[in-house]
Amino acid sequence: MLLNQFLILGAILFCIGVYGVIARKNAVLVLMSIELILNSVNINLLAFSLRNGSTDGHTFALYIIAIAAAEVGVGLAMVLLMYRNRRSVGLDELSEMKG
Amino acid sequence: MVAADLLIAQNIGFYLIAAIMVFGAFRVVTTRNVVHAALWLVVVLAGAAAQYILLAAEFVAVTQVLVYIGAVMVLFLFGTMLTRARIGTDSELNNKNWFMGIPVAVLLLATLIIALNDGFGDEQLPTDAAVVNTQQISDQIFGPYLLPFWALSFVLLAATIGAIVLARRD
Repeated sequence: MLLNQFLILGAILFCIGVYGVIARKNAVLVLMSIELILNSVNINLLAFSLRNGSTDGHTFALYIIAIAAAEVGVGLAMVLLMYRNRRSVGLDELSEMKG
Repeated sequence: MVAADLLIAQNIGFYLIAAIMVFGAFRVVTTRNVVHAALWLVVVLAGAAAQYILLAAEFVAVTQVLVYIGAVMVLFLFGTMLTRARIGTDSELNNKNWFMGIPVAVLLLATLIIALNDGFGDEQLPTDAAVVNTQQISDQIFGPYLLPFWALSFVLLAATIGAIVLARRD
């Protein structure tokens, strides 16, 4: 197997995630796109770990999975709070800090 | 001969799973239904776990299944159901100028692919690599990476307390 095929798969998933973050308005869908980005990074880390014959990438991948779980927990709590206060999860409606 | 056959099988598996993952990711960002997006995300995450096994990372693959498909997806479905009274098609999931994302993503992808082809070309992955077992990973986590592990524990604690404080009704 080529190293590049894993890296390009990671790049494609990363770009789809970036598109989702830019295009989506619903906060839950933006969080899902962030999950796509984090997964593409994990694929890269594990591919380089196999290439270099070290286990450092595995450790980083596990840490990223844990951080992603924490991020989703806090993110969905914020979305819930937003929904409770404004009955909407549209990110473009959070504009009261605009001057 | 046997090793070459195995390599072909690995390549076929890779491209099959990669195609499914890319299609699933595409559906996640284009579908008009939040619950469908969550279910397509399950497809992508399961495909990622399969790729981790191809990359000889069994422990990370199992953790991916447990944490992402088990826990994070339940969180997503709960979040969807708590913030939307009705489950169904919703036409206002995208921003007004959503199309701006297309050139950004395409340009980024082109840059990344050019850079990757430039940097790694047709470099082969080692075919005789031993599967990384759990003992090696735990030696890493509780050895040189102990300090980030502690920091991560505090992050998880803070996230748990923060999520409870934010979502609590008072």
